[in-house]
Amino acid sequence: MSAAVQLEQVTKSFGTGPTRVEALQAVDLSVEAGELVAIMGPSGSGKSTLLQIAGTLEDATSGSVMIEGRDVGGLSRNDRARLRRRTIGYVFQDFNLLAGLTAAENVSLPLELDGARSRAAHRVAIGLLEELGLDDRSDHYPDQLSGGERQRVAIARAVVGERRLLLADEPTGALDSVTGEGVMRLMRAACRNGVAGIVVTHDAQLASWADRVVFLRDGCMVDESIPAGPESLLTSASE
Amino acid sequence: MSVRHSLLALLSAGPKYGLQLGQEFEDSTGEVWPLNMGQVYTTLQRLERDGLVEGEDQSAAGPQKGFRITDAGRDELDTWLHTPPDRWAPPRDELVIKLLVAMRVPGADVVALAQSHRRHTVAMMHHFTRLKEEADPDDVGLLLVADAELFRLDAVVRWLDAAESRIKRLPTAPAEVQAAVNRRSRRRVGAGR
Repeated sequence: MSAAVQLEQVTKSFGTGPTRVEALQAVDLSVEAGELVAIMGPSGSGKSTLLQIAGTLEDATSGSVMIEGRDVGGLSRNDRARLRRRTIGYVFQDFNLLAGLTAAENVSLPLELDGARSRAAHRVAIGLLEELGLDDRSDHYPDQLSGGERQRVAIARAVVGERRLLLADEPTGALDSVTGEGVMRLMRAACRNGVAGIVVTHDAQLASWADRVVFLRDGCMVDESIPAGPESLLTSASE
Repeated sequence: MSVRHSLLALLSAGPKYGLQLGQEFEDSTGEVWPLNMGQVYTTLQRLERDGLVEGEDQSAAGPQKGFRITDAGRDELDTWLHTPPDRWAPPRDELVIKLLVAMRVPGADVVALAQSHRRHTVAMMHHFTRLKEEADPDDVGLLLVADAELFRLDAVVRWLDAAESRIKRLPTAPAEVQAAVNRRSRRRVGAGR
């Protein structure tokens, strides 16, 4: 079985000559379906660039990006847009909901853009919002929702349809810790249903919700943390 | 963790037996802080000696003996709850000391050392996050204890981030910087003789 997303030796540079910046250097990352991986690093470590490349919003300078076994580099512009619409969901810190659409319309929009009939798409959106406990908010506009509710709508929009890759950039950054915890529970639930998730963050509490944490420093992956039982927590940090 | 005041808090809801107190203590802390029964009985004896609790039946002993809180015990509990913990004295944090020591070790990679401790700390955070994830949503005791540990460990990670950032801004590797400082100090000391 191929990974949901696989990055091999991905590099990304910005600028040329003396102003050239190596945002990512020979990054390898593989995320399986059902797995939630956190990329943790400080500002400027390249984590958002990595997420954009994994989500085909940005091209790598070199290396390959495979999504469900397909090399993204070989896809036409239209195929890539279709891949984004059908397979990849994005969650951002500032929610990025369309202000003129209701919660249900925001969620159904990706389906309608992909050719679904409006009524059918609306039905799917309502069902998903009900699952996320937002059934009484479906006809509210984003400015009528709390921050936590907006992010739940954004997650519904990100997983609607047959999306199999969920990418999140500091999804709880604008929320208080308990509300943010609710958002991470939803992301975990989506991954348990078979979605592959990548969350980038500088926040260790958020990262600790993931199945594993990959540490990014200056564009390089330097380390990885895998959950441990209490007994192994007593061993030396350097082991 | 004050076992003494936790037992007073449990008794403030009504008289209880020692065994019951031990079980309720573990329930209230989400079983994160286990407590042996010997510690419960020793603490109860001291509380009784100090007049903060009293035995219900003076002839009973061990698990059969019930306890109730006294008025002095309620005053003691109230005073303790409202007294801020003593956190003014900076603790001699072992991790801080390790990094400070590493900065003086020639050739030590302090940034890599910080990362190994960061990885270990995040692995511990995984453990407490899983506890929260699997907890009954109504088990507020466990959720609060797990939150407390997570915020404490989060502070460690933030400190490691800040330490790494400061160390990286040094013009040369930390051990070399320190060695240069030491050489200059020795020269100054030598020049004064």
